[in-house]
Amino acid sequence: MATETSASVRDVIIVGSGPSGYTAAVYTARANLKPLLIASSVQAGGELMNTTDVENYPGFPQGILGPELMEQFQQQAERFGTEILFEDVTSVELDGDLKKVTIGTGQTFLARAVIISTGSAYRELGLPDEKRLSGHGVSWCATCDGFFFRDQDIAVIGGGDSAMEEALFLTKFARSVTVVHRRDSLRASKIMQDRALANEKIRFAWNSEVAGISGTDKVTGLTLRSTVDGTESELAVTGVFVAIGNDPRVDLVKGQLELTPEGTIAVEGRSSRTSLPGVFAAGDVVDPTYRQAITASGSGCVAAIDVEHYLAGLGDAAVPAAAAATV
Amino acid sequence: MSTAKEVTDSSFETDVLKADKPVIVDFWAEWCGPCRMLSPILDDIAAEHAGKVDVVKLNVDDNPATAAKYGITSIPAVYVFNNGEVAATSIGAKPKQVIEREFAEFLG
Repeated sequence: MATETSASVRDVIIVGSGPSGYTAAVYTARANLKPLLIASSVQAGGELMNTTDVENYPGFPQGILGPELMEQFQQQAERFGTEILFEDVTSVELDGDLKKVTIGTGQTFLARAVIISTGSAYRELGLPDEKRLSGHGVSWCATCDGFFFRDQDIAVIGGGDSAMEEALFLTKFARSVTVVHRRDSLRASKIMQDRALANEKIRFAWNSEVAGISGTDKVTGLTLRSTVDGTESELAVTGVFVAIGNDPRVDLVKGQLELTPEGTIAVEGRSSRTSLPGVFAAGDVVDPTYRQAITASGSGCVAAIDVEHYLAGLGDAAVPAAAAATV
Repeated sequence: MSTAKEVTDSSFETDVLKADKPVIVDFWAEWCGPCRMLSPILDDIAAEHAGKVDVVKLNVDDNPATAAKYGITSIPAVYVFNNGEVAATSIGAKPKQVIEREFAEFLG
């Protein structure tokens, strides 16, 4: 495996390619900071790559497909000279004046500033059979896997917007979709709730949590446990779509950056400044509350402007002379 | 566009099960975003390990019988067949280094 360090020191490296990463790229590229964005090899574009219609991103009155939106983000970032690498960051060294970023091939890059926008990862149920049956009936992606459950009975776990979106999408294929939710009401937005409640293929198992997944080679059913009185019941399904939320993806920076009690990267006030100088964070990885494409974008913009100010503060040597003219 | 050979329900036996070396089968579909991300990675693996393994693709829309036979319920699903048997599986789009590690014994 080749290990080489690019001799040149960059102004800024952006880790992640969701709405926050690409927005940070657009802004830093327009500020002539020549950002390097490391997008990941198989998760480039982030969470929106696995969604269908995005109806709440302003500027698209008819809605837009998630993957199409991310393609446009990418093009906009490239238009201003963002360098994009479809590789995976395997480690970062964030201490000191020069930040070091290493990718899966062993190659390393140096920069004065880094923006961490690694987003969040699907939360798992934490059941022993979940991993074993993953890909054999247990799924986290309705748009990827719904097709295989034509005319079958399946379950969606969760009560938020993403769970309703999955459930509604899955009604195109499935005979029935049972939404399993721990409470007696949904967390989802009103419009998504109304659509789900009105859909005759969707049933609800209220006040229920998943106690077990059964099946030897593939899923045959779920054991549900009542959150009210603890009684258990069986639900015969061949597919289980887990949509119980996301956890910030902080493995890369754990032990280097301060985290919040919620597990997100801690930032100073309304800024993107982390506990280390020159290290900024944006998007779902700093946001325990909102986690929307548009809030992630806004957060990426904040990080880009923070980076500009930080580099300017380092002195003229760090900032190309042309930057001032284009801002 | 992928460089991998397309196999079908009817050619699966000849191209995969009776092949004289291990065959990596990429179960995929047009509408599967993660499949598109994985495809060039498998092309790279095919090019780098040409003597050791074949890499082929099976479109699950067009070839439902084979997909059903192997219980595919999630794609991308990458199966390694050796001597007509499933020898290893990997579900989901994963970085090249991870797939190389998972399939190390077949890549030599």
